[in-house]
Amino acid sequence: MAAKFSGRISLRGVTKVFPGHDGHPDVHALGPVDLDIAAGEFVSVVGPSGCGKSTLLDVLSGLAAATAGTATFDEKPLVGQVPDGIGAVFQQDASFFWLNVWDNVAFGLRRRGVSAGEVARRVDQALAFMGLAGFARAYPAQLSGGMRQRVCIARTLVLEPKVLLLDEPFGALDQQTRLLMGDELLRIWRETGATVVLITHALDEAAMLSDRVAVMSARPGRFIDIVTTCWPRTRDSRIVSDERFGAVTARLWEKLREESLRAMGVAGPSENTKS
Amino acid sequence: MGWRLHITKVGAARTAFVVLVFAALELLCRLGVIPLVTMIPPSEMVASLWSILAGGTFNNDIVFTLYNIVAAAVLAVVLGFFLGAGLHALPRLRRPLVPLLSAYYAVPTFVFYPLLIVAFGVGRTALIVMGAMFGIVAMIVNTTLGLDHVPPAVDRTAAILRLDRWRRLVLVRLPAAAPHLVTGIKLAVAYSVIGIVAGEFILATAGMGKRIAFSYDNFDNRTMYGMLLLLLIGVMIINGALSAWERRLHRRFGQQ
Amino acid sequence: MTSRRFDHALLLAGFLAIWQVLHWAAGADVVSSPWATIARAVELLGAPAFWGHVRATLAAFALASVISIAGGIALGLWLGLRHFAGDVADPILGTLYSIPKITLYPIILLMFGLGVSAKVAFGVIHGVFPIAIFTMNAVRNVAPVFRRTALVMRLSPVTTAATVMAPAALPEILAGIRVGVALTLLGTLIGELFAATSGLGFALIRAMDVHAVVDILAITLLLFCFAACVNASLRLVERRARHGG
Repeated sequence: MAAKFSGRISLRGVTKVFPGHDGHPDVHALGPVDLDIAAGEFVSVVGPSGCGKSTLLDVLSGLAAATAGTATFDEKPLVGQVPDGIGAVFQQDASFFWLNVWDNVAFGLRRRGVSAGEVARRVDQALAFMGLAGFARAYPAQLSGGMRQRVCIARTLVLEPKVLLLDEPFGALDQQTRLLMGDELLRIWRETGATVVLITHALDEAAMLSDRVAVMSARPGRFIDIVTTCWPRTRDSRIVSDERFGAVTARLWEKLREESLRAMGVAGPSENTKS
Repeated sequence: MGWRLHITKVGAARTAFVVLVFAALELLCRLGVIPLVTMIPPSEMVASLWSILAGGTFNNDIVFTLYNIVAAAVLAVVLGFFLGAGLHALPRLRRPLVPLLSAYYAVPTFVFYPLLIVAFGVGRTALIVMGAMFGIVAMIVNTTLGLDHVPPAVDRTAAILRLDRWRRLVLVRLPAAAPHLVTGIKLAVAYSVIGIVAGEFILATAGMGKRIAFSYDNFDNRTMYGMLLLLLIGVMIINGALSAWERRLHRRFGQQ
Repeated sequence: MTSRRFDHALLLAGFLAIWQVLHWAAGADVVSSPWATIARAVELLGAPAFWGHVRATLAAFALASVISIAGGIALGLWLGLRHFAGDVADPILGTLYSIPKITLYPIILLMFGLGVSAKVAFGVIHGVFPIAIFTMNAVRNVAPVFRRTALVMRLSPVTTAATVMAPAALPEILAGIRVGVALTLLGTLIGELFAATSGLGFALIRAMDVHAVVDILAITLLLFCFAACVNASLRLVERRARHGG
């Protein structure tokens, strides 16, 4: 399941502006942002609603091109086309309802023309890895939300991505399931060695899972703080009982509270920027 | 491309398309590619329509059909609503019935028209019953659908407010189901029109359908197309208004 | 008997009861009794002349269905995939769908004369619009996350259309076909009522002319059963395509 080598990401002055309709101004959704993500790192991005976190993910994945600045993946520029080696899991359920679990996970491999024997080997391995082996013949409609997300994750992992991008993947799940899925994600990260970028609005989730947490301001999203957690690589959800956990979440909330009020329209324009 | 510019371009393209189709028809008719016995040029149809409206010879036919449509639609909507609400309250009755209701519109039920004539005599009653029979099923189906889509939280709120069943239906569930109910009204009206016009084609003392059938039998294409155009435009206006109402409600109420 | 079967039986019994009451109230000249109607229906099923009519109707219905489905899906796919064309066509299709096709019957007769082509034409104008509309909406309403997934997997547009968009849209398309086929049957029968010398619609018109009440009801009953079967089978196909989704 190991990625051959993990992906490095670099953002320099990346900005995204959506042109406005007649009479409406342009929407300055993101940036400028600067960020370097090392190979094999686990980075989370937190921020208030509408701050541009998902836009950031679109730029990172190649789904959207930056309006200004440069974004590179393994030193190659991202120009609005998805490069090889990117895996993405979205908030909405993307499991293909017309295929059973096995065929869902095999989908990407088959489109790449991998031999049938190799497909079978890798799919079985991915299913076992994600705890889905007993559900191979089931259809997504018969599974819970958490299981369906596991199917989407397995489908992504089986392609051995160097960078795993997750956009609020556990948003639709209840708290207990979220915590357990967080453990899952850490296990995946350790065992594949991939670089992980997690977009989330849940501070405790970001604080618990990441090597670093980037705090984004209200729109236009800019990084106002980057918190390093110094957790060991072997961590799991029980890190919440570490005495430093409270300090991390406190620092995140300290920066984020004002931005959230700003996003709700209660506070004035932002002076908090770190570029 | 800006959104508003897009809308304008779409509207322009649509208008251009429609104009082109009519221009093509006009040309084909004038050149004789489409023979006059089959179709008269659109401009002639409009002229005929105008003389029908201005001349007033067929006014009582027009009024006759209009009255029938309104009466049938009202009957279909009111009866259909209560039957639909009743069906919704009796899920045991509803489950076996629903697949049959979908099959209802596959069968031309205006074959019952002669039977209605025997029951009610040749006249507007038979036609109105015919129209109502056609439209009522659409209203029933959409009423049950609309009541289905009342969010349970809204229902429970009404219960917590201790409203009695009648008030709950009329003050809370009916408005909540409004978007689907208006869809039902739209369809009930459309199907009533079909039932009545079909009946008038078959046999009637008066009416636009009768006038069209009569003109067809007498090779009077001019009157026939004029009347057809009037009927079509009338239907499009009514349907358009109801559709606009439907869309507004869906927008205001949001997706459920 | 399971509870569901019992409910079905109860519904049937209730329906027959209401029918019988109507018969008593309105008389045999308006509504024949259920028993007489069913007996006549059974009789018809044994008559070769009746089956001749059935074959004529089925042939026209099948042809009209094929044309409606092929044309409707092709049009719907094209309009669903080409955003601009779809936006332009949406209200036009809606208007055409809402026009009572019965008003076009004189025009169709003038264009196609009496006979099979008029029947088929009538069936097609009834069925093609709902199928096109449902198909167009099915394609346009495919969950955006599916397309994004395909993009991240770097699938070509053709592969995306064939392996993701098409199966995702299929249940809605089948729903459209179900509605369209029912209306195609209606259209074919109407065509036969006014423009044919054979077929069940023609048999109905003949029965109407001589006021054979029992025949009218018996044929309509058989037609209704047929339509219900077709509808139920299409619903089953649609449900399987959803895989419970």
